[in-house]
Amino acid sequence: MYRYDEFDETLVRERRLQFADQVARRLSGELTEDQFKPLRLMNGLYLQLHAYMLRVAIPYGVLNSVQLRALAGIARRWDKDYGHFTTRQNIQFNWIRLGDVPEILEALAGVEMHAMQTSGNCIRNVTADHFAGAAADEFLDPRPYAELIRQWSTLHPEFSFLPRKFKIAVTGASHDRAAVQLHDIGLHLKPGRDGSPVFAVFIGGGMGRTPFVGPLIRDELPADALLVYLEAALRVYNRHGRRDNLYKSRIKILVSALGADRFSAEVEAEYQAMRTESPPFPPEELARIRHYFAAPPFETLPADDPEFQALRARSAAFDRFCRTNLHPHQQPGYASVTIALKPIGGVPGDCSAAEMEAIATLAALYSFDEIRVTHEQNLVLPHVREADLFALWEALHAAGLATPNAGLISDIIACPGLDYCDLANARSIPIAQAIAERFADMDAALAIGEVKIKISGCINACGHHHAGHIGILGVDKQGEEFYQIQLGGRADEQARIGTITGKGLPGPEIPDAIERVIDRYLALRLDSDERFIDALERLGRTPFEEALHHGAA
Amino acid sequence: MAQPEMRLLDRHGRIVSGDEWVGLADDAPTAGHMAVVVSLKRFLAERDVLLSRDFRLGVRLDPNEGPEALAPDLERISAIFVAFPVFRDGRGFSTARILRSRYRFSGEIRAVGDIARDQLFFLLRAGFDAFELRDRDHEAAFKWAQDSFSVVYQPAADHAAPAFARRAHPPSEGQF
Ligand code: SF4
Repeated sequence: MYRYDEFDETLVRERRLQFADQVARRLSGELTEDQFKPLRLMNGLYLQLHAYMLRVAIPYGVLNSVQLRALAGIARRWDKDYGHFTTRQNIQFNWIRLGDVPEILEALAGVEMHAMQTSGNCIRNVTADHFAGAAADEFLDPRPYAELIRQWSTLHPEFSFLPRKFKIAVTGASHDRAAVQLHDIGLHLKPGRDGSPVFAVFIGGGMGRTPFVGPLIRDELPADALLVYLEAALRVYNRHGRRDNLYKSRIKILVSALGADRFSAEVEAEYQAMRTESPPFPPEELARIRHYFAAPPFETLPADDPEFQALRARSAAFDRFCRTNLHPHQQPGYASVTIALKPIGGVPGDCSAAEMEAIATLAALYSFDEIRVTHEQNLVLPHVREADLFALWEALHAAGLATPNAGLISDIIACPGLDYCDLANARSIPIAQAIAERFADMDAALAIGEVKIKISGCINACGHHHAGHIGILGVDKQGEEFYQIQLGGRADEQARIGTITGKGLPGPEIPDAIERVIDRYLALRLDSDERFIDALERLGRTPFEEALHHGAA
Repeated sequence: MAQPEMRLLDRHGRIVSGDEWVGLADDAPTAGHMAVVVSLKRFLAERDVLLSRDFRLGVRLDPNEGPEALAPDLERISAIFVAFPVFRDGRGFSTARILRSRYRFSGEIRAVGDIARDQLFFLLRAGFDAFELRDRDHEAAFKWAQDSFSVVYQPAADHAAPAFARRAHPPSEGQF
């Protein structure tokens, strides 16, 4: 993975000192909260319902064990012993004292981490496929490009006062696990006609109040030209994005107002003009960065480790875990392991200090010291030998981290909602817990198969409800929490915004309603290979909507 | 034309005393001034007359006004005043960068409006070289902005060597 050199290290230190000065000015009263607010928002510090929340950047979701240990240490020393992994592949600490922030940032800087650009109207921390550099279906590792984007976007001289926040996601695999079509800019790295890498560039996707699947704005962009093209797109947005209305200021509104063709033509004109000006990054820099992402020293192994297969045959519980929580690896004899942070009754994405430390130890032992954070609020050990899987599973099991539900109906995305967030209309976490409890039987859940439930506590859609096969949105109806249900959203390469169904339901009715939909699906599916989303697309949403709102079939 | 509570600073953070520029309303006469600043609208309407006079000419660009319309005349324009009516409106950064990198404009680019220390670092990098700063303690503010970062990642109009260039050829001394 990428390692800071003296320049990266210096910049983070200087930013930390600058922010420490801003905090000191706030604590001394030299700055009012009003004056301090834009400054803290440039550095991931929010004032929530009960306390300050600090959002720490995990660039493209990649961590090593030393970093994860440091996060555990912060949770222990300055928070209530846990942290919360988010849909942005970041971690949030929810119970922070303002006066502690400079020390926390110092602890982070010690392990090459920071909170820069995790909030504010700037280019946010870039996200990527959590199986990057590991997945069997990958064409090219997107992380060198993600790191290039990280550097280019840090304290950008032109794009630090954008109309609104700006999110970029990258994938290099055929199956999109980074939801690229639902970002301000989504980048899909793929082979061009002559085999050299090119990007499909989607611009103007996003969720929130006005959800859009991002249209394809530029296909076959030579990968070397990426930063020039991004610079052109950001310039068009910076100049022409709306600034008069908070709700219309994202790039998706500009793209839809101009139409994809005109927007694309404007970016293209800017791009062509910029190409004759100085190019922003030389190719040697990409080569230097790529060097850090060389594959770890894999052993040459047979594809199906016989002992691994024998252990699966012997232990039903281990086999059960392997069926849901493994992902095919590009290197024979290896697998990527999902550690689902979704125990039944737990809070999606929460991870205690002790759990982080246990995972750090296992990553060092079994996964070349690497951990990934997924936008589905889980962790991943990307490179595990099949021969080590049983020992790893036993250790995870002992730590209470072997919930075999990755991708199943209880692997729910939920935003913090009204339990923490001062923008919330309704709680998200208790709804997620109630649904997970309803589907607590893991064998029954496996029989149901892949279902993605995503819950947001308000229209801002941090819980990606628009992209859930079943999306749940908390609304406030005269002081009462209600939940609107959407069907048919998806965040993969066939991205789609879910359709709103009927009236909202009160929270206590949600588990029954979801169960009725699932029963209907089980009754209607062709066979167990037809996933919920496939059946929904084959049959249309009417039968499911009926089940949802009109009681049992 | 700096407001009384503003300080006009040059690109080194030094106070410019006796600002020679006079901002003119669209209907004000130009006679008797050494250096006048007009709106883009007035410039476009009276271009030939304005360019033929012997005063120095500046044009003020509001956030929704790009520099493209000035491109053919930039050699005869001495200064561009880029307005930032509110702190968070960053359109002026694009204006300055286009002026410097596309049109190679070498005159003064002045940031006017709601300018505080927190934008200075970015303004300097984007190509501004004069600032009407609202911070009372302008020297400290400027120093703060200038000293905050010794490393930058992007090439920009301030010609600071970005990290990638220093990685390839580490300098033996000096900051840049
Ligand atoms: S979706 Fe709404 S309630 Fe949930 S975290 Fe985002 S802003 Fe808060």
